[in-house]
Amino acid sequence: MADSGSEEIAVIGNTDLTPSESENNLKNTMVEKGTSLLKMMEISVAEAEKRTGKNAVNMQETYTVYLIETRPVDAASEGTNPVPDSLWRRYSEFELLRNYLLVTYPFSVVPPLPEKRAEFVWHKLSADNMDPDFVERRRVGLENFLLRVASHPDLSSDKIFYSFLTEENGWKETVFETGFQAKADSRLKALNATFRVKNPDKRFAEMKHYGDELQSVISQLLRVRARAADRLYGVYKVHGNYGRVFSEWSAIEKEMGDGLQSAGHHMDAYAASVDDILEEEEHYADQLKEYLFYADALRAVCRKHELTQYELEMAAQDLTSKKQQREELATGTIRTFSLKGMTSKLFGQETPEQREAKLKMLETQIEEGEELVKERNAECEEFVKSAWVDIERFKEQKDHDLREALISYAIMQISMCKKGIQVWNNAKECFSKM
Amino acid sequence: MSASVVDNTVSSGNSSVAIPTDISGQILDLDEDDELEVFSKDTSTTQTDGSSFNASMQTSPASMINQYKFEEEEEDADTKDIFVTVDNPESHVTAIETYITYRVETKTTRSEFDSSEFEVRRRYQDFLWLKGRLEEAHPTLIVHPLPEKFVMKGMVERFNEDFIETRRRALHKFLNKIAEHPIFSSSEDFKIFLTAGSGELTSHKKQGPGFLSRMGETVKAVAAAVRGVRNRPQEFTDMQEYAEAFSQKISSLDKVTQRIVREQKEYLEELKECGPTYALWSQSEQELAEPLKNVAGCVDNCCKETEEQVKHLNDHLIPVLHEYVLCADTLKAVLRRRDNIQADFEGKTEALATKKADRDADSKVLSLAWDSLVGRSPEEVKQQKQQKLKGEIKEMRDELDKAEDRLEWANNALKTDWTRWQKVMRTDLRSAFIDTAERNVSYYEKCLAVWESFLQSQRTDAEGNGNVDSS
Repeated sequence: MADSGSEEIAVIGNTDLTPSESENNLKNTMVEKGTSLLKMMEISVAEAEKRTGKNAVNMQETYTVYLIETRPVDAASEGTNPVPDSLWRRYSEFELLRNYLLVTYPFSVVPPLPEKRAEFVWHKLSADNMDPDFVERRRVGLENFLLRVASHPDLSSDKIFYSFLTEENGWKETVFETGFQAKADSRLKALNATFRVKNPDKRFAEMKHYGDELQSVISQLLRVRARAADRLYGVYKVHGNYGRVFSEWSAIEKEMGDGLQSAGHHMDAYAASVDDILEEEEHYADQLKEYLFYADALRAVCRKHELTQYELEMAAQDLTSKKQQREELATGTIRTFSLKGMTSKLFGQETPEQREAKLKMLETQIEEGEELVKERNAECEEFVKSAWVDIERFKEQKDHDLREALISYAIMQISMCKKGIQVWNNAKECFSKM
Repeated sequence: MSASVVDNTVSSGNSSVAIPTDISGQILDLDEDDELEVFSKDTSTTQTDGSSFNASMQTSPASMINQYKFEEEEEDADTKDIFVTVDNPESHVTAIETYITYRVETKTTRSEFDSSEFEVRRRYQDFLWLKGRLEEAHPTLIVHPLPEKFVMKGMVERFNEDFIETRRRALHKFLNKIAEHPIFSSSEDFKIFLTAGSGELTSHKKQGPGFLSRMGETVKAVAAAVRGVRNRPQEFTDMQEYAEAFSQKISSLDKVTQRIVREQKEYLEELKECGPTYALWSQSEQELAEPLKNVAGCVDNCCKETEEQVKHLNDHLIPVLHEYVLCADTLKAVLRRRDNIQADFEGKTEALATKKADRDADSKVLSLAWDSLVGRSPEEVKQQKQQKLKGEIKEMRDELDKAEDRLEWANNALKTDWTRWQKVMRTDLRSAFIDTAERNVSYYEKCLAVWESFLQSQRTDAEGNGNVDSS
């Protein structure tokens, strides 16, 4: 079991390498951008367990922890099958990791976590966070999250992410030490920017709108699907009653008895088959949910653009007004109404020395302002460039993944139909023997 | 025997009956003797046993049994010489009431019918009358049930289209079941029902046992029912148990099927919203637009299939199950009537025994006192009394014989008809369930095709784009 401490990393797999060599290898390849972490390391969330402990306010609580296992890819291919490195994490730590990534890589569409609470449930599915089915689906979702991050060109090389996977103790402190929380934009600031920005990049505005639509339509789809699943469950289960009545009826019939009895068994099988069918459909729902939450991440990137754009605009505006002031001061004309102007008119002009001093100050401010505008402009451009690259990458990923999801949905439906055909053909045969 | 010239595609579920195109020509091709054999046997029974199709039975049980057995073979020979259709409901408005009549069309080659085609209009009351007549004439035969007078559930209007159609189908089945029954189909009342003009029918209805005699029969029946049957043969007790159990099971099946229809309808309601949601989504997408629209189309198609499947269940399985729920009640009623006939016989047996005991006792007692008062000699009195008792006993003996005949006839008729009914029930229910299973298979096959075409379209798309999808 891997703990903190770099020596432990050597325990993973390849015993041909010395501990330091192995460590270097991993870290080097990580540091190289563009090489996906996944090419180096297998990651999985293997298990879930219940724990009890004292929480922040010293109260007993029960929570679930998930076992993260990592294993170097080389080791597996070399035929040795080492014990994987593993550590336990709870959901809140995943959230912390994601928040860190959101702040540190604002231009990336950061993969979403599986939902905190079960939503869009149909009746048989429990909304209880402790329910084993929910925990299992969450385990899969968390693994998916880690794999998404690990295959992201930018996020995969992050050190904090790496230590999340490998260092059990002290990881939290390390994250806080990065001071990412301070860098987070306040909600208010972001909202303000959204309302006031004048010239956001059209593409980002469209993307944000798309994000809204995507979220709305997927929510609707999930809701409708859950209700339909509920009803379908009812239809299948009622057929189980046929099984019972046929069986009872067969007891009083002579020639019809056998046919009825065996038909009844098929009805029971039909009723039971819906459980598997709906479980599979739940996977489809999870795939949709991932993109429901991705929509949020997409919108976050767009909002960040609005913010950087807005700050640029603010800086530019500020610069313009300062330049104007200088001009006014230099030429003595007052084009704009200002209290200073009025008071100076009323109480007398400034002395030439005062004017000189003011001009000098303005010049400095203008210089600084120009630097700021240049900086912000560069930031903005940089952001737009990187963000758009990731958005394009995301679009391709989304189109691919959702198309695959639709295909798998069709396959599920086909499988369901095939089962139905088989059961009813069997039943028909039994009825013929009645 | 006559060859099978008739196309036997009639099933009780069809609303129109397949009529062989040219019966007359084919029949003439037969050996004259054969044709006569078939129909003369029919007419002979009608002539000699004409009265048996009314209230009282005068033939011996033995000959009845023979006729019955013969009729069964007749049936098995698969000749159908009468086709009845019920269709074309029309509403009639009079000053007093509004009611619906149905067209009843008969096509037959039977010689006791004056013509080969008849068309009359009948209302529900007329069907009720016919059923009543058949039950009166044959208390221990099983008459197929009529659709109910009212439907309590859901406040169905009498003139609601679905209600009328359901009733029409049930009436059609009713007449066909009568026509297929070896005894009922030769009933005079049945013939009149099929052929008489409305005036003729009304006047015929007025004939038959008068009100008072009917009351008398009812009183007797009630008395018998109250007395109860003492020595019911085991086989009838078994039938009773079967009837109870069958009634429960078939009612359960009816309820289960209705529940399935309800659940399916609710499922359909939800499913109807899925397609449009996918379509809506496709409007926001570019690459995904086409597959999403495709999926929307698939879901909509599945909706249509589901709708048809529900309709089929409603129109085919549910009516059959419902009919047999009513049949179960008929079985119980028939058994009760048989019991009453036996109770009546037992009662008369007792009465006769009592009278005989009286006679034997009387012969020993000499009530000298009164008789000497009246001025008759003891010997005379004794003679007179004995004569009187002898007369009474003879009457009672005759009544008892009739009752015994009636009982034996009733028992045999019931036994034979019970077996016949079970065969018919088995056939009907088996084919109804097979039909349902086939329909379900077809439903799933259609949905399967819908989704497979989607997969196909995605594969060709992928290949077009240079990737090969390995799904």
